[in-house]
Amino acid sequence: MTVKNPIALTLSGVSKLYPGVVALEDVGLSIRGGEVVGLIGENGAGKSTLMRVLGGATAPDRGSIELDGESIAALTPAEATARGIAFVHQELNTFTNLDVAANVLLGREITRGPLGVLDRRAMARAVEPILQRVGARFGARDSAFELSLADQQLLEIARALSMDARLVILDEPTSSLTLSETQRLLEVIAQLRDEGVAILFVSHRLAEIEQVADRVIVLRDGRNAGELGRGEIEKNRMVRMMIGRDVGQFYDKRDHDAHAPVLQLRDVATSTYPDARVNLSVKAGEILGLAGLVGAGRTELALATFGIDARRGGEVLVNGVPLPPRSVAQSIAMGLCLLPENRKEHGLFLDFAVSENVTLPSLARLSRRGVVDRAAERGLAETSQQRLGIKVASLDRAVAELSGGNQQKVVLAKWLAMGPKVLILDEPTRGIDVGAKAEVYRLMQDLANAGVGILMISSDMEEVIGVSDRVAVMCNGAIAGILSSRDLTEESILRLAVG
Amino acid sequence: MQKKDVGLLVLVLVVGAVVAAINPRFLSPINLANTANLIGLFGLFSVAEAFVIVTGGIELSVGSVIALLGVIFVDLIVNHDVPWPLATLIVICIGAVMGVIHGFLITRLKLQPFVVTLCGLLIYRGIARFYTADGTAGFSFGDSFPMLEWVVSGRTGGVPHSIMAFAVVAAVAWFTLHRTVFGRHLFAVGKNEEAARYAGIDSTRVIVLAYVICLVLTAVSAVFFAMYTRSIQPSSHGNFYELYGIAAAVLGGFSLRGGEGSIIGVVLGVVLLQELQNLVNLLGIPSSLNFAVMGSVILIGVIADTQIDRYRQRRRQALGLSMLNADGSGAGELGLTGGKQ
Ligand SMILES: Nc1ncnc2c1ncn2[C@@H]1O[C@H](COP(=O)(O)OP(=O)(O)OP(=O)(O)O)[C@@H](O)[C@H]1O
Ligand SMILES: [Mg+2]
Repeated sequence: MTVKNPIALTLSGVSKLYPGVVALEDVGLSIRGGEVVGLIGENGAGKSTLMRVLGGATAPDRGSIELDGESIAALTPAEATARGIAFVHQELNTFTNLDVAANVLLGREITRGPLGVLDRRAMARAVEPILQRVGARFGARDSAFELSLADQQLLEIARALSMDARLVILDEPTSSLTLSETQRLLEVIAQLRDEGVAILFVSHRLAEIEQVADRVIVLRDGRNAGELGRGEIEKNRMVRMMIGRDVGQFYDKRDHDAHAPVLQLRDVATSTYPDARVNLSVKAGEILGLAGLVGAGRTELALATFGIDARRGGEVLVNGVPLPPRSVAQSIAMGLCLLPENRKEHGLFLDFAVSENVTLPSLARLSRRGVVDRAAERGLAETSQQRLGIKVASLDRAVAELSGGNQQKVVLAKWLAMGPKVLILDEPTRGIDVGAKAEVYRLMQDLANAGVGILMISSDMEEVIGVSDRVAVMCNGAIAGILSSRDLTEESILRLAVG
Repeated sequence: MQKKDVGLLVLVLVVGAVVAAINPRFLSPINLANTANLIGLFGLFSVAEAFVIVTGGIELSVGSVIALLGVIFVDLIVNHDVPWPLATLIVICIGAVMGVIHGFLITRLKLQPFVVTLCGLLIYRGIARFYTADGTAGFSFGDSFPMLEWVVSGRTGGVPHSIMAFAVVAAVAWFTLHRTVFGRHLFAVGKNEEAARYAGIDSTRVIVLAYVICLVLTAVSAVFFAMYTRSIQPSSHGNFYELYGIAAAVLGGFSLRGGEGSIIGVVLGVVLLQELQNLVNLLGIPSSLNFAVMGSVILIGVIADTQIDRYRQRRRQALGLSMLNADGSGAGELGLTGGKQ
């Protein structure tokens, strides 16, 4: 299958202002059918904003769009769709109460008879070939409820293709996928390119960009910072263009002495895997990686440990003292904090100010007889902003206005302000740019050097191997093995992860 | 004071000025004192309503609770010779228990607040009517309880005690909601209950407390209303008051989705609604149109609010753009910088 009339799109002089921030200033970009363009830049560089302009979701304040030789002031989402531009959002909007075919054809259902009865068979027939095209391993009649995140992503792409998309825009599509799922997605992308589809692809994982992009466009502080052609795409070069300097040492292996365990799990069982018993201990000053495939039960284990979910038996001890089950407040009081995997739903109050988000769990400390000391609150927010380098016009701005990576820093700041003894980090660098990643790793190492025990769940293999002192690998809710830093390789981890 | 509150204040002043211009009797001491009294009475349960709305909940049984607790209060005093301070205390305790029950049903049994409190509305009204055998719980005890009469319905220096009580309650409510840790937790639970749980906030406790506060305040206002009307017709006493309270809160900037609003806003909302009531009376508008006027003004207010917000945003955008056009340094002075701060 090939695209009949490949797209030719050029943006020039695009500017977009938000209160207090210039998100884009005089940005240009061009893309043709049959090429994969990688769009990279630091957190807050304006990548998502630029994509929203392309998809018609955000109207630019200035600039022009030239589409197939025709000049347009601004696109509406409906026009963008009609002209073959499809935007796969970072937050997937799959309707889990419908089946796959209904999701793909949402709003364009095939009906039969004068009453407009849904023709589910015809819908399935129409959708099957598209699913094959994206290499989906699920059928048109399957319920969308059971699809993994990766499969939902494919569903969104299938939806785009069903609308005859000529340009598919993907905003950080791999940030919540595992290694093998990512590979599958990249293969689909390469195949679509060969069919003549244009792909615009944002990612902070530069290895993927190296692998799949034909051209790379770099944004810095809302401006064009240059372009790289096929032969020039190379990690260090991209980093330099993104942040204007070298990142330097990324991972920095520390010698750490064996200390007493700060977090111990004894025979802990979760409700997802009630039969598996987990025994694990994190020592003071240690970074213990927790690897495994998506669905191995790592997040469930973290939630049961922290007290969000009930435990199906077993004990959790912090500094040797058992935690009462299902009490988050107790966990926090004893120095156990959790950075959740889903920051928008579990980590943040999007409409609240940055400062309110950062100080929420610390309020008890920042108040006297229940009354908040606003000067102290302000002080804490400012210190945290500096410590983590959160980019925002003012601390009174709503978190929703921040770029993805800066939002993640707000969640981190919130827990670091509590001075934790044990920190569970669930995918701590998801959506964070290379520079900030290096900062987060440095921060983790500083914390560990100060005696904090860290349990880091991560699907980023490079990160697990680079940062962890030891790695526990989970498979089907149980610990399949623990690797010391000497035996850490991608193969050894994968071998344990697949069971 | 938030920008929304300022807008509402302007509206209150404009409506007041218009009414005063058309009918100077609006500003007569008698009318002012009467209006103030009503503001106090209606304000008490409107603030109560705000506490549950901020958690994303709703309390529909306010009117019925005012009727039921009103007849109980009268009955205790008139027929059982209970001293009035004790009767007040008993009524407040019943309100607290109702709050615990509502909160329990909502948090533990996961019922929707709308459903729980709708059932409350029906149940309490029914009990109130049954309790009095559908008769009027009346009293002529104003004379025999001069102290109670003075405390609740009296005036000091011409200022009705009801509005003084409201002022105190509103001040405490403002402080609680906007300055204490508990207030912050109320907003947090209303905005995103899951994230609140992850932050270690006991959302069950916060929500139950919100309903307890709401119904305790409603109980207080029930006592005031009983003394104001002197006789309670259990089938109609307090009808629609919950909607009045919700209207005041919405006018005051509370979102029914929770997590937003300010006490200053509710207070101004109550004042505005009473002003409108007054306007209907003084301008000789048929009183049957009462609700229609109120509804229209609320609708206009809410529409104006969203439109003004939009206008403001557009203007800021245009201003920023013109600075950018002029030169980069000007943008810097405006506080506009590149993506990097
Ligand atoms: N709705 C909004 N209101 C105000 N400011 C916004 C809004 N959306 C984005 N911004 C600001 O515009 C800038 C660019 O944000 P954008 O989301 O495009 O960054 P990004 O390059 O996608 O970053 P990330 O890698 O972290 O996702 C940021 O400073 C951000 O705070
Ligand atoms: Mg982004």
